[in-house]
Amino acid sequence: MSNAASTTDAAPKRDWVTHAVLLLGVVVFALPIWIVLMGSTHDSATIGRGEVPLLPGPHALENYATAWSGTRDRIGAQSMMLNSMVMALAIALGKIAITIVSAFAVVFFRFPGRQLAFWAIFITLMLPVEVRIFPTFKVISDLGMVNTMGGLIIPVIASATATLLFRQFFMTIPDEFVEAAKIDGAGPMRFFWDVVVPLSRTNMAALFVILFVYGWNQYLWPLLVATDAEVETVVIGMVKMIGSEANTEWNLVMATCVLALLPPVAVVMLMQRWFVRGLTETEK
Amino acid sequence: MATLTLSGIRKAFGATQVLHGVDLEVADGEMIVIVGASGCGKSTLLRIVAGLETATEGRVLIGGRDVTALEPADRDIAMVFQNYALYPHMTVRENMAYGLKIRRLPRAEIDKRVAEAAGLLGIEALLDRRPRQLSGGQRQRVAMGRAIVREPKLFLFDEPLSNLDAKLRVQMRAEIRRLQRRLGVTSLFVTHDQTEAMTLGDRLVVMHEGHAAQVATPMEIFERPADTYVAGFIGSPAMNFLEGTLTGGGSAVALKAGAVIAFADGRRPGPDGMPLTIGIRPEHLVPDEHGLPVALDLVEPLGSETVLHGRLGDGEALAIRLAGRAPSGDRLRVALPAAALHIFAGEAGQRLDPPPA
Repeated sequence: MSNAASTTDAAPKRDWVTHAVLLLGVVVFALPIWIVLMGSTHDSATIGRGEVPLLPGPHALENYATAWSGTRDRIGAQSMMLNSMVMALAIALGKIAITIVSAFAVVFFRFPGRQLAFWAIFITLMLPVEVRIFPTFKVISDLGMVNTMGGLIIPVIASATATLLFRQFFMTIPDEFVEAAKIDGAGPMRFFWDVVVPLSRTNMAALFVILFVYGWNQYLWPLLVATDAEVETVVIGMVKMIGSEANTEWNLVMATCVLALLPPVAVVMLMQRWFVRGLTETEK
Repeated sequence: MATLTLSGIRKAFGATQVLHGVDLEVADGEMIVIVGASGCGKSTLLRIVAGLETATEGRVLIGGRDVTALEPADRDIAMVFQNYALYPHMTVRENMAYGLKIRRLPRAEIDKRVAEAAGLLGIEALLDRRPRQLSGGQRQRVAMGRAIVREPKLFLFDEPLSNLDAKLRVQMRAEIRRLQRRLGVTSLFVTHDQTEAMTLGDRLVVMHEGHAAQVATPMEIFERPADTYVAGFIGSPAMNFLEGTLTGGGSAVALKAGAVIAFADGRRPGPDGMPLTIGIRPEHLVPDEHGLPVALDLVEPLGSETVLHGRLGDGEALAIRLAGRAPSGDRLRVALPAAALHIFAGEAGQRLDPPPA
């Protein structure tokens, strides 16, 4: 009785507070994006005067066209985004391929040094790119891979986190599946393709989303290793466009920024269903 | 179809000896049930036959062929697991066909075998479902089907009924038995459930602490248990054990509880005064006004019968199973018919029989 009374009394008020907090959150997250979106529709003079337009302007088409195809002294978003796309896809897919195989080895095989291998992978968690950036750069430059796609991708293509994620998932696969497969006559790789990979589908999809966004947003490493316009990614391109405060064409920076947002957003939206399933459901 | 021979199977996990030399001969088409309490090594033994574990010592022969060093896949066996181990991402049909596909059987042959097995098990309608859409009993059938399509020399069952509810278990038990008879495939069935063991097996292997305590037909094990462990394990309620000593030149037992009973079937070897353990099943005790007095402390009416629990004069516990209703009162006198006694050596617990004439 008291329960019913309290819900009818308190509910509208609580709902109101909840909504206010949620709205505040939306504003905090959405306002910068809105400003960028609006800024990309004005000419460079408007923003140059220090105005922060909150309503659309008349220059959207020309800004986006210029940002997309580039100017005389700057390459456009189209080639930078192609670079970004190649890099993000290679990082995401490469990481999944490498980590699922290493986790498979660590979980399902008994070999000398198995624990050592696992701990070696685990310890690299403590050494992110930022920590080992100089030695890594030295190695890549000695190999002559500066300003190549390989140089952009290979140093970040293995992932301890993803290996651990797959390892944890593989450990929940019952031993009986392994034994049933043995009796069915499936060898290790057959078991991998026919049982482990299909069972990992949702995990792979969730990881793909995370890793694609991670790859797309790579900043520090490409900044060092991609100095040539040939391999410039869109994130680095924007940094270079900002250059000096005086002659920055903010309208183009903002248009490029909006373009750069689109692929990660598209990936998250398209894979959302899989992403959520990968994080919540275990198919067993 | 084939025979199975185990000779001197020993297994140690590190310093822990799990199997202490098990020998077994299984005839073609026979259903052998390996039964024992948990930790007795029964599952390990089955897994050694399957090839999922390697024996520390000993040999496994299937159909006369030494398979000790072969991989499970090369032993021509099929196994039904406790949790069925159906691949969750495959349909029932794919689950059943998987082993055949790997063996590269022609498509038509696979389809034929799957259809036959499905018909045999009554699961034709489920072939395109996934395991998670099935009930426990249906999964059990699919797991059986996966074993059947392989047409193996040997079926191995690892407690396959233990995840089912009681009613379904009884039903599946009968079904497995009928199917095994019909297919005539040599089978090993591991269980901890004595009812399953008694009803399913042509012969039972009662395992105790890594030894095969007795290998015999269910009725032989019930009527002539080889030692006190087997005697106490098979039968419900469990057999009563009373202390006594050999007397009368080996012709009788003097019970600690105070009676002297002459053996019905002849003298036992040994000196008078040798300690004995006398076993008698609760259903073989008969109320008798000249019998031993029992102070009853618990009465369990089960409808068609009643189980009484009480103590003899010297404090030894005794269970009595009587047909029909319980007699009134908290005292009862019971006689121990000489023909129903099981005589075991006092310390070792081995069965003592009269020496053959």
